[in-house]
Amino acid sequence: MADPLLKVKDLQAWYGESHILHGVDFEIGRGELVTLLGRNGAGKTTTLKSIMGIVGNRTGSVAFNGKETVGRPSDFIARQGIAYCPEERGIFSSLNVEENLLLPPQVQQGGMSLDEIYKLFPNLLERRRSQGTKLSGGEQQMLAIGRILRTGANLLLFDEPTEGLAPVIVQRIGEVIRQLKTRGFTILLVEQNFHFAATVADRHYVMENGRMVDTVTAAEAAASLDKLQAYLGV
Amino acid sequence: MFDGDMATLLNNMAAQATLGLINGAFYAMLSMGLAVIFGMLNVINFTHGAQYMMGAFAAWLMLTELNIPFWAALVLAPIVVGLFGVLIEKLMLKRIYHLDHLYGFLLTFGLALVIQGLFQWQWGSSGAPYPAPIPGGTNLGYMYIPTYRGFVVIAALVICLATWYGIERTRLGAYLRAATENPTLVRAFGINVPRLITLTYGLGVGLAALAGVLAAPIYQVSSLMGANLVLIVFAVVVIGGMGSIMGSIVTGFALGMIEGMTKVLYPPAANTVIFVVMAIVLLVKPAGLFGQTR
Amino acid sequence: MSLQSQRENRLPLALPWAIALAAVALAAPWVIYPVFLMKTLCYALFACSFNLLLGYAGLMSFGHAMFFGMAAYFYGHVVKEWHWPAELGLLTGVLGAAALGLVTGVLAIRRQGIYFAMITLAFAQMVYFLCVQMPFTHGEDGLQGIPRKPLLFIPTENDMVLYYWVLAIFLFGYLAIYRFIHSPFGQVLKAIRDNEQRAVSLGYEADRYKLLAFVLSAALAGLAGSTEAMVLHFATLTDVSADTSGTVVLMALIGGLGTISGPVVGAFVVVAMGDYLAFIGQLVLVLQGAIFVVIVLAFRKGVVGEISDWWRRRQAKRA
Repeated sequence: MADPLLKVKDLQAWYGESHILHGVDFEIGRGELVTLLGRNGAGKTTTLKSIMGIVGNRTGSVAFNGKETVGRPSDFIARQGIAYCPEERGIFSSLNVEENLLLPPQVQQGGMSLDEIYKLFPNLLERRRSQGTKLSGGEQQMLAIGRILRTGANLLLFDEPTEGLAPVIVQRIGEVIRQLKTRGFTILLVEQNFHFAATVADRHYVMENGRMVDTVTAAEAAASLDKLQAYLGV
Repeated sequence: MFDGDMATLLNNMAAQATLGLINGAFYAMLSMGLAVIFGMLNVINFTHGAQYMMGAFAAWLMLTELNIPFWAALVLAPIVVGLFGVLIEKLMLKRIYHLDHLYGFLLTFGLALVIQGLFQWQWGSSGAPYPAPIPGGTNLGYMYIPTYRGFVVIAALVICLATWYGIERTRLGAYLRAATENPTLVRAFGINVPRLITLTYGLGVGLAALAGVLAAPIYQVSSLMGANLVLIVFAVVVIGGMGSIMGSIVTGFALGMIEGMTKVLYPPAANTVIFVVMAIVLLVKPAGLFGQTR
Repeated sequence: MSLQSQRENRLPLALPWAIALAAVALAAPWVIYPVFLMKTLCYALFACSFNLLLGYAGLMSFGHAMFFGMAAYFYGHVVKEWHWPAELGLLTGVLGAAALGLVTGVLAIRRQGIYFAMITLAFAQMVYFLCVQMPFTHGEDGLQGIPRKPLLFIPTENDMVLYYWVLAIFLFGYLAIYRFIHSPFGQVLKAIRDNEQRAVSLGYEADRYKLLAFVLSAALAGLAGSTEAMVLHFATLTDVSADTSGTVVLMALIGGLGTISGPVVGAFVVVAMGDYLAFIGQLVLVLQGAIFVVIVLAFRKGVVGEISDWWRRRQAKRA
């Protein structure tokens, strides 16, 4: 791929003594939506965290916009234009909804305005003064997504955004993510729910035991359904 | 006759409660500083008492050596001592965050000994007076109160409420609250959390020093003034719990008043009443009146 | 690294070394001023009691002086004012300290870690203030002139004779700690320290065990305090002060937190420092504070811990 937005080469990562990533290689082009699929423990979350710089030890190369980010602290990485929506959502209980939304600072131009975010998630507008953690699971997920849209980051990392949510909310999130893609965001999505991933992605990477073992484009996905299901242990 | 005694008693109680407000003002300011530092750094800043003392000394030295008046010292001393705090955080505290929290306690305890010992060695332990910047007094009806002390109570309230406002209602305060909850995530949003931590410690220390400057005209400037106070403030902090800023403020003022009234009702217990309250709170609500169990 | 050592950092004490140590202990008063040695042994026992609580219950008491000092006052009072024999005096000190430990422990155990430390500190401060006011302590003057009474019919006016008694008391306390640690009770305590939730889920009432450890620690601190009063003829406010509480923490820190023999080393260092550096006056506090800082930043294992580590590495190299 010429001039990918994100290029990861031989990424290895450790949590303390545990060697989780054994050499991950992949690329994401500008404006692409790429998913990381794999079973629990395959290393998907660790990959996201390594890109974001919040995992213990990492070696290898993570080049964002041509700039090397391995070894840099997470606030530096965020300021390059990467934003992270964690699996546990990380809504701050000591802040209300609006404060949560306004927390991540603007790192670049081009972020969505607060009004635009409220338009995308009207029920957040309703609850803007509520304490962050008093929201339902689905609303917290929307808050977690909305939070990073204001920053101007152009690479968004989503870790299992549909986990544990009702189908109607999963659908809504799918719509939102597709809209984000139309707006030009580049997205790396970790998902266990393959059906959801298939509705939004350009490409899928499959991870197993801390390595990339396969890659499938959206077009090929339908044909490779059995193979993919086997990878996911479904 | 009984009415006369009752009136005197009430009069005395009101007077002591008012005086207790003065003590309480310092308890509130110092326990608030401790709570803010503990929230962000997870360190019990034993050095807080020594930094309070440094603030008072800074004001006294500024006056006696450099002819800098009280009102200027009120601004300069906290900055000087606050910078010293920043130095401590960067050189020492930063290295032990990954350890058991008790090490932070031990480190700040050691620093307190060093600072206090040096001041004691240089200036002895007897107190030096500091002239009250606002002369005269006011008659409140039930008592005569030096104007400066009334000013201190009001100033302390303003400072406490300003700090509360700064933490609960501003953007920087939001950063602080969020970083207290989840520093890793906050950093992943692009906020320089280590710098925020240093800033918080510096501000907490500056707050202690500010209290010290305010204390100088009331309590005399001595190298031991912090040591005596910090142990009481610990009890206040255990009673209030370190869950909320407002909790520390309320508890500090309230305990000051309770201490004051005990002086009237049962003088021998005045020194220990706060500890007794602590014992009761531990029996009934171990996390503290405003605390959440950590 | 957790505050308590994960492995027991034991001094490698082979038999020849143990015999040499015993010989030194027995011969010491002929060479070194006996009162200094006795004071050190008292503080060593005191520091050991502190360390028992920290290393085995995971609780750092920052107010241990209240047990030490109150026991000293109790001993002084019953021996001087009530003319009780020394043995009963020691017992009174121990039981008094244990009772105080029970009362404060019940309240302090409700919190852990830092809060526990602050609560013990606060209680100790309360005890200090009470001592300032109570008539039987004689306040600022202290309880002076405690006479030497015979122990088991052997007169103790002679410092040399008393030394061997104090050595025996120290060894008794030290062995008590050792037995306690290696008893089933001690094992449960260790389990609680390492993983309280699991211990509780196995049916152990963690709080009760911790309280027992606390009371035992208080009792031993009381033994140390009573013995000190016996040796020095007086009990003062310093014995219940926050300074003394801080000093014993320093001793444990220097020796190595959570080690059994560490506190003894630490006691020697600190008492020697206090006596031989007395000429620098107030700066001793500065020195103590500086040692705290340096140890926390760079030598957390303490003397015994570092030596144990060095020895272990040497053994590993040989293998």
